[in-house]
Amino acid sequence: MQIGKDLRLEWRSKDAINAMLFLALLVVVLFSLAFDPTRAEARQIAGGVLCVAILFAATSALNQAWSRELRGGVLDAQRMSPSPPSALLLGKVVANFLVVSSVELVLAPLFTIFYNLDPKGNAWLLLAVLPLGTWALVGNGVFFAALSMRARSRELLLPLLLFPIFIPALLAMTSAAGAVFTGESDPVLWIRLLAGYDVIFTTAAVLLFGLVLNSEG
Amino acid sequence: MATETFLHKISPVTAAMQDISHIYGGVPVLRHVQAALLPGACYLMLGANGAGKSTLLRILAGLLQPSFGSVSTWGVAPADARERIGYMSHAPMLYDEFTGAENLRYFAALYAGRPCLSVAEAFAAVGLDSSLPQPVQAYSQGMRQRLSLARVLLPRPELLLLDEPFSNMDANSAAAMLSLLARERNQGRTIVLTTHQRALAEPIADQLLLLADGELQTALPGIA
Repeated sequence: MQIGKDLRLEWRSKDAINAMLFLALLVVVLFSLAFDPTRAEARQIAGGVLCVAILFAATSALNQAWSRELRGGVLDAQRMSPSPPSALLLGKVVANFLVVSSVELVLAPLFTIFYNLDPKGNAWLLLAVLPLGTWALVGNGVFFAALSMRARSRELLLPLLLFPIFIPALLAMTSAAGAVFTGESDPVLWIRLLAGYDVIFTTAAVLLFGLVLNSEG
Repeated sequence: MATETFLHKISPVTAAMQDISHIYGGVPVLRHVQAALLPGACYLMLGANGAGKSTLLRILAGLLQPSFGSVSTWGVAPADARERIGYMSHAPMLYDEFTGAENLRYFAALYAGRPCLSVAEAFAAVGLDSSLPQPVQAYSQGMRQRLSLARVLLPRPELLLLDEPFSNMDANSAAAMLSLLARERNQGRTIVLTTHQRALAEPIADQLLLLADGELQTALPGIA
């Protein structure tokens, strides 16, 4: 119910998806022009560039994750209902995860073309790396967006809270993607780390979200 | 007549406010508020802008914790009885991008498993057409207010907290909403409403709650 609601709202406005696509493409193109990497260099930096593009793009959308609820006072109606806060959080996380993933689907082929990528490792492992990394980003992002939604400078506050927490996942995601592109090391350890990170931080967010939702003073 | 009705409604308390004070940014908004709300009574809360009416309603709804004092609804904290409370704020509490029916279907789903009005019944109660195809952002202010009330009525709450329900409404819509509220009160629901249109709402009020400088006084309608 919550997932369908968020996806329908996004489908009608297309606010987040348009902003994300624009930002992600901008980062990919600008990095490509700025570094003009050879094929070998591209393999080395591609993981990092891809993750940073997704990070910036998703943050722009996550900043608006709760704006519709705040604007119309809908959040108060949701707080008054018997529906558990975790359902509200997880619904929004899944909906945002699907939106960010759809941007990644558009981004991935363009990225391969711009960087002339020819992965040396098992490219199919990216099917584990990207969703796990995206979940880590979106799960934490939606939670911290809720934490900062009542703050005056929430656009600034979200990256300040989110980026330091996301660093372990960013390192794991970049290293795993780099290992896939270069084929020089095994990405499985990094993928496991990402999965563990997701479990721990999603559980913490679910447990703490009720407090965040109802903190008003 | 409203006074007589009120006096005959002596029964267990719906909500009790005990020595509530609330401070916003160092400024006291409410001071030592003490009152009890009885079932089946309509309370009209009056006061100038910034008198603390909305704050008191949010405290009664369990959305805001008072700085001092305590509130109980049916003997428990309002936060533990939220599904028995209907709250309508200044904001419409609706998704602008959805149609009226989509909004009510979504909110009904939040109360799944609880006895609720059907979406059609909620629309009928406020005199709106459930088949309106336009999103809420295209509604007039009066239609939004009525849809917002329909959302409040959906889970059949026993305590209705309505913050300025008649604002930006034309006379006919306001009169229709007033008669709806009178019906709800006669069915045993407790209603607390704030308005600046005292003359409009006073006929259905059993008691006036007068807020001035954060202090609450009670009075009977037509006297204060």
